[in-house]
Amino acid sequence: MVTSNALVYLIALPLFGSVVLLLAGRRADKWGHLLATALPAGSFVIGLTELLAMLGRSPQERSVTQKLFEWISVGNFKIDAGLLLDQLSICFVLLITGVGTLIHIYSISYMSHDPDRRRFFAFLNLFIAAMLLLVLGDSYLSLYVGWEGVGLASYLLIGFWNQKPTYATAAKKAFVMNRIGDMGLSIAIMIAFATLGTVSFAGVKEGAPQASTAALTAIGIMLLIAAIGKSAQFPLQAWLGDAMAGPTPVSALIHAATMVTAGVYLITRSNFIFDAAPTAQLLVVIVGAITLLFGALIGMAKDDIKKALAASTMSQIGYMILGTGLGPVGYAFAIMHLLTHGFFKAGMFLGAGSVMHGMDDEVNMRRYGGLRKFMPITFATFGLGYLAILGVPPFAGFYSKDHIIETAFNAGGIKGIIIGSVALLGAGITAFYMTRVMILTFTGAPRWDEKAHHPHEPSILMWLPMAILAIGSVSSGFLLSKGDALVNWLSPLFEYEGGHEVELLKPIVVTTLALAMVATGIAIAFIKYARGNVAQVAPVNVSVFTKIARRDLLQDDFNEAVFMRPGQGLTATLLKTDEVIIDGAVRGVARLAVGSGSLLRRTQTGFVRSYAALILIGALALIAAIWVVTF
Amino acid sequence: MNAANYLYISALLFTIGAVGVVVRRNAIVVFMCIELMLNAANLSFVTFSRINGNLHGQVFAFFTMVVAACEVVVGLAIIVTIYRSRRSASVDVASLLKR
Repeated sequence: MVTSNALVYLIALPLFGSVVLLLAGRRADKWGHLLATALPAGSFVIGLTELLAMLGRSPQERSVTQKLFEWISVGNFKIDAGLLLDQLSICFVLLITGVGTLIHIYSISYMSHDPDRRRFFAFLNLFIAAMLLLVLGDSYLSLYVGWEGVGLASYLLIGFWNQKPTYATAAKKAFVMNRIGDMGLSIAIMIAFATLGTVSFAGVKEGAPQASTAALTAIGIMLLIAAIGKSAQFPLQAWLGDAMAGPTPVSALIHAATMVTAGVYLITRSNFIFDAAPTAQLLVVIVGAITLLFGALIGMAKDDIKKALAASTMSQIGYMILGTGLGPVGYAFAIMHLLTHGFFKAGMFLGAGSVMHGMDDEVNMRRYGGLRKFMPITFATFGLGYLAILGVPPFAGFYSKDHIIETAFNAGGIKGIIIGSVALLGAGITAFYMTRVMILTFTGAPRWDEKAHHPHEPSILMWLPMAILAIGSVSSGFLLSKGDALVNWLSPLFEYEGGHEVELLKPIVVTTLALAMVATGIAIAFIKYARGNVAQVAPVNVSVFTKIARRDLLQDDFNEAVFMRPGQGLTATLLKTDEVIIDGAVRGVARLAVGSGSLLRRTQTGFVRSYAALILIGALALIAAIWVVTF
Repeated sequence: MNAANYLYISALLFTIGAVGVVVRRNAIVVFMCIELMLNAANLSFVTFSRINGNLHGQVFAFFTMVVAACEVVVGLAIIVTIYRSRRSASVDVASLLKR
């Protein structure tokens, strides 16, 4: 095992930046954003050197570890805080720091008019540091620290403009829904410790074959709940749409580089558990399949450009989760889709931010239109991301998404046919709603007031990151899948035994089907929206299905009816119980004491002779009592 | 002579004393009634000493006398002081404790 002392700096640099920026206060306003941008870039450089060093070693010796300190030592419960950089974490490290740095650069210009830009950058750095700790920890417990750090940073960033109560509520909603997932993770850690006696990845992997299937299934389900919360999967997906309350770079960061990818990482990292627990693995597949359709359906009805992109993220992460549920062969494809998605989704979010920047923070796509002429660079970069998410060859999504669909079909039996069809249908719907976004935003006649808005191309600080991400959207899929580069790179981590899978459909058939679905989606979107008859205000007389989709498939109504209202009822009942029974008992005791006191007070007359009489009566009563008892 | 007769006298004296404490107002008389009760008890002690054939009761009678003497000293002093300040030795007048 190779050790290295450089790993800690990957996390320490952005963490240092966030601490400095928060402690220095207003004094750092002038240079804070520059420092905060330089530090993740430094982490990226360290990550690159580590990657080069890893490439120079044989596949079995590529993981690097670093022991930081003895963290907990109570009896036989011993946990060292350590870092682990292997083939899987390096993918995430480079994605997080690379895309993260680009988003930092973009934010310098995007947030330049905000008086709290320094605080924003401090939180961004905290986000990067927490996410790096999440992917670099060598045990579930260190992962948990990063996991919670990501939750905190996302809360701070989603609610960055917390002067608006709805935005503060959105931040709270994200935090609270994430807590449910966090509970799952902590319970999984507890079960792992109770059954296996260790929480380190290496220890759990070693102990998993001896553990009972029931215990592994329990751990797997709890880990799945954790992933569902963090990655906004069904049924804990409702926070993702509201999380658009944060500034657009935050959305890009949450959706592409950090946060929602954590669930995919967790399941991939725990592959040894899921491979040994088929029930949990099946649940992963089901959750992924439901979410990918769910997100796509919501995406079709959204007029808010950011919410449409958010729904698409939900759907794409659904693809990844579906991929991770398909066993050893799926993990690598899930990670590949995650990496390509990191490029094109970040690029599109930054593009959406650029459009909003030019349109004075208007987010309703029905009030866009014809922006291609005014923002050619944004149109080009957004368009390349669009082609990538659709899966048009040779753009990135084609390589990653097609592999997942193909693997789904080959999962075997009726299950393979169902999830394969769902994934295929999802691809078609994705094509429809993304084309809708493109048409409504960039083509057709302007539907905005030409006197009020002056759309313009953003500064170089903003379009350069978009251009770099667009290059990634074009090339990453080809580069990662050339000669199965990523699959081979990750293969030492998974118990991959190729060759015995049933091949239901030939790859070329799947590709053709997928492209046909995509073409259909595009065609429908063109027929519906490209004739230039888009209303400025969303039509009211629509079918009940559209209404439901506009309300996010009733996810909030469901949560409110099933959890919020009964919860409020429960609190009201408890409050009433507290007031009537507990407070009543306390007050009753007090009233009893006061009442009996005022009764007894009457005997205190102040006359010596009445006291003497009472003493006499008491003595007589005592004697009488003794007499009665003794005879 | 039957020793029990002394006990009857003792009980009679105690009752007279107790009734006196409750019904009389004059502090001096109340005081004397208390003395009467103490001495009734003394008489019982001595009688029991005689019945049981040992000196325990006698010893207790002496203790009672000592206590009674102390009590007389303190009690009379209080009564005199009260009489000086209120021009009355009635125990009902000195009922300030209630207020």
